[in-house]
Amino acid sequence: MELILSLGIGVMTGSGVWLILRPRTYQVIIGLSLLSYAVNLFIFGVGGLKVNAPAILTDGVAVSAYSDPVPQALVLTAIVIGFATTALFLVVLIASRGLTGTDHVDGREQSQ
Amino acid sequence: MPEKLLLLLLFLPFVGSIVTALLWRTAARTLPAWLAGGVALAATILTAFYYPSVTNGKIVRFEIAWLPELGLNFTLRMDGFAWLFTMLVTGIGFLVVVYARYYMSAEDPIPRFFSFLLAFMGAMLGIVLSGNIILLAIFWELTSIFSFLLIGYWYHNANARDGARMALTITGIGGFCLLVGFLLLGHIVGSYDLDEILAAGDLIQQHSLYLPALVLILMGALTKSAQFPFHFWLPNAMAAPTPVSAYLHSATMVKAGVFLLVRLWPALSGTFEWFWLVGIAGISTLVLGAYFAIFQRDLKGLLAYSTISHLGLITTMLSLGSPLAAVAAIFHIVNHATFKASLFMAAGIIDHETGTRDMQKLSGLFRFMPYTATLAMVACAAMAGVPLLNGFLSKEMFFAEAVETHADSILDRALPYIATLAGAFSVAYSVRFIHTVFFGPPPTDIPNPHPHEPPRWMRFPVEFLVLACLIVGIVPSLSIGPFLSTAVISVLGPDTPQYSLHVWHGVTLPLVMSVIAMIGGVALYFALHRYLAHAEDGPPIFRHLRGQRIFERILVTVSWKWARWLEANLGTRRLQPQLRLVAGISFLSAFVPLYFSGFEAKLPPLTGVDPAFAMIWAIGMLSALTAAVVAKYHRLAALLMIGGAGIVTCVTFAWLSAPDLAITQLLVEIVTTVLLLLGLRWLPKRMGKVDDSTSFTARVRRLRDFGIAAACGIGMSVLAYAVMTLPVPDTIANYFLEHAYAEGGGRNVVNVILVDFRGFDTMGEIAVLGIVALTVFALLRRFRPASESIEVPEQQRIQNAYDLDQPERQQGDTVRDYLLVPSVVMQWLFPVVITFAIYLFMRGHDLPGGGFAAGITMAIAFLLQYLGGGARWAEDRLRILPLRWIGLGLLVAVATGAGSWFFGYPFLTSHSQYLTLPLIGKVPAATALLFDLGVFVLVVGATVLILIAIAHQSIRTYRVKTAPKPEDA
Repeated sequence: MELILSLGIGVMTGSGVWLILRPRTYQVIIGLSLLSYAVNLFIFGVGGLKVNAPAILTDGVAVSAYSDPVPQALVLTAIVIGFATTALFLVVLIASRGLTGTDHVDGREQSQ
Repeated sequence: MPEKLLLLLLFLPFVGSIVTALLWRTAARTLPAWLAGGVALAATILTAFYYPSVTNGKIVRFEIAWLPELGLNFTLRMDGFAWLFTMLVTGIGFLVVVYARYYMSAEDPIPRFFSFLLAFMGAMLGIVLSGNIILLAIFWELTSIFSFLLIGYWYHNANARDGARMALTITGIGGFCLLVGFLLLGHIVGSYDLDEILAAGDLIQQHSLYLPALVLILMGALTKSAQFPFHFWLPNAMAAPTPVSAYLHSATMVKAGVFLLVRLWPALSGTFEWFWLVGIAGISTLVLGAYFAIFQRDLKGLLAYSTISHLGLITTMLSLGSPLAAVAAIFHIVNHATFKASLFMAAGIIDHETGTRDMQKLSGLFRFMPYTATLAMVACAAMAGVPLLNGFLSKEMFFAEAVETHADSILDRALPYIATLAGAFSVAYSVRFIHTVFFGPPPTDIPNPHPHEPPRWMRFPVEFLVLACLIVGIVPSLSIGPFLSTAVISVLGPDTPQYSLHVWHGVTLPLVMSVIAMIGGVALYFALHRYLAHAEDGPPIFRHLRGQRIFERILVTVSWKWARWLEANLGTRRLQPQLRLVAGISFLSAFVPLYFSGFEAKLPPLTGVDPAFAMIWAIGMLSALTAAVVAKYHRLAALLMIGGAGIVTCVTFAWLSAPDLAITQLLVEIVTTVLLLLGLRWLPKRMGKVDDSTSFTARVRRLRDFGIAAACGIGMSVLAYAVMTLPVPDTIANYFLEHAYAEGGGRNVVNVILVDFRGFDTMGEIAVLGIVALTVFALLRRFRPASESIEVPEQQRIQNAYDLDQPERQQGDTVRDYLLVPSVVMQWLFPVVITFAIYLFMRGHDLPGGGFAAGITMAIAFLLQYLGGGARWAEDRLRILPLRWIGLGLLVAVATGAGSWFFGYPFLTSHSQYLTLPLIGKVPAATALLFDLGVFVLVVGATVLILIAIAHQSIRTYRVKTAPKPEDA
């Protein structure tokens, strides 16, 4: 379980990092989305992975049996904020494209 | 006197400053002066009443705990020395206010002047009365800031601006050093309390950090007191109005430095380092200042350099480390304040009456203003150290100490000669002041040819101060004696030496030195007399070595040349290298510590892998990789792929017992996809290849990026695996799990954490969400698409053309036909989705769901109406005001939090179990539910606002950008 998830996180991170280093704004936005999945999963994983653990408090269940709620609470807001920042970046991206006429991240094509 | 009144004394000037500042609109001209004068006088009287409480080494202390854990307290402390200084600050402050009332002209904004002056007085009192060195450093910085404002008062004048900026830069750097020095001192002693520091002299001097602390503190004191080589800001500060100069350069600003040296004298002085550092600065300032003063053309310039020289004298005395010299230093601080304030005021009167301060133009003013001239002459004589005046007494004490041997060295042996030489210089410039300005033929070349005596009350402060010089000079032990003794005892304690304040001690060596200095000084002046009448400004040779110019060169070099060089060589405006750096550093910062701590990645066993989970993740990884490959040319495909990765993430959350996350992820996935779809419309078509260079450098660049990406990915994998397989330590999670139901009244711990335990965090997060939504909205209001994206997309054009061709069809019918079934389903689903959102919200506290998830669901309900019917159709039928939703949500959340105040609990305390309503009985809902309602409403507003704002861009009409018009066409 841990192995699969950590491999998955690694692949998402790698793809995300590759994309944010690309010159086109759309690539960067996709890369950031992938990175945020990876980071959210990583934070979530810090609490330890538990399959079929109770998520809701039930009387008579030991505290150690529950899945860790703290990283979940962190990740939950991170998901929503992630949406907001994606939206902000998207708007900046299309506004920059409108102003500069290009979708290069620097606002102008590379002259090399 | 009660201790609490110290607080009044300290805050009176600040309050007065604010009140005066509020008069800025009124035309009141005398009211601000009355106010300021009243405040200064009240402070003086209040201080006077404290005298019985500080005699014989008694201390008045007032303390408020501020940050006691850090040893920071708001401690006010008045002893004899602080009392004497407080009297100087408030008393001379009062006289300066009276003087300024007549000095300032009708065009000047009077309230601003008095407001700054009072604030400065308050800051100065803060330095004097602080009983905690950190507090002292704060007030120290405040004096720098207010002196900047005062010096730059006539900001239309370039000299005033430059002078103010230079004073701020120099004293600000000094103040920073001082703060660091104080932190070191506090570290050595283990307390920032002044009394404890003063008692720990031996500990401090033997500590290995003594020298750095000393150097840093001296940096602060010497810059403030304009000691060589930091002296050059003071003459440039003369661009200030004369009352400011009279105040700053006699009793306050520059005295703060020597005040600090005296204050810390018991703790820091007496060492070899102290003697050399303070001594060299003091002696060179003493001599150079006096020498430069002789050659000034500007009257205020002469006084400025004389001030520097006298401060050097005080510093020199303090450097000697002998108690008797310290007595002389304290005495001279008072004497200098009196005669120098009166001289600045006299110079101001002369400037005011004649319109110039140039000594080559001024001449023979005695016949026009005999009264002022007499006063100025007496004050000048005090400055030169003529017997029967106060300056004589402290100078004699200095000469006596100079003759004594303290730390046997060349410097010490040379001191008597240096002292006599500096004395001769000071006689020379004093004689020059008097002789040039008041004697000789009537002036011919002055702007105002008919000078006369100033108004009665403008002269009063000068009279008062000169009278003080005389009284102290003639009967010292009856006038200043007891106060000086009180001050000295408070600083030196049991070390207080025997000293006598008599005018006549018989023919002693100091008296002989005085006589030599007198004769030498007069002779020097008359030898230079002719030269000075026509010479250029500034001393010979040194006039080319101007501190100001050096300072400006350094400033330009550091803030312009070096900064530009750094920016050009180390900075880039391109995003890619920056991100490369970020990624690389992130990798290294995780990798290096792990490597050095001996981290070993063990290859995990492949058993225990759930094939279904592995399968799901195979899809997830494939999606991520595909997205990375196709994002450049196939945007829609890439969007689908990250959707896939998102779904896999969502399934993972569900699989690993996090239903809340799974729900939220799924819902956010929907809105994100719609969002990006809306954005695709505005991106350039990418049919042909762009920048796919196959050159060698391009290949290397891609290979390098691939390397970074692979390293980051592998690193993240290893790290994630290591973290997840480590045994989970006992975390705060247990606390939340144990208390969620008992204290938060909810069974869904994640939701209880969000809305109750960590409610304040959540409030910050929804505020961020609201701000982002507003930013998106604001950015899009002025949105200008690229010209080739303005046209309606091709498919729409074809459909519209088809519709228009058919007589029985209307534009848009084709789309409506296509979407007939989905749009009916969407419309019918509207109430269902809303009900689902409410359900998610209501059950959130006990079951997976909650405000965030419910909010996004609600937003999706609206979104579906837009998708099914089009923006115009939806808005004809629905009035959604997302901005109000955002505001309402934030208000509800804050009001819920603030509500707990009414019950006497801290902000955002949940009250579920305390409230039982009558009639209805016990309400199962916690108040946290109300907070969650705020979250819900805000999330709906923010999400809808973002999506609608982008969607609206497609139905706006844009003017096609025309070619830019030529200028002035």
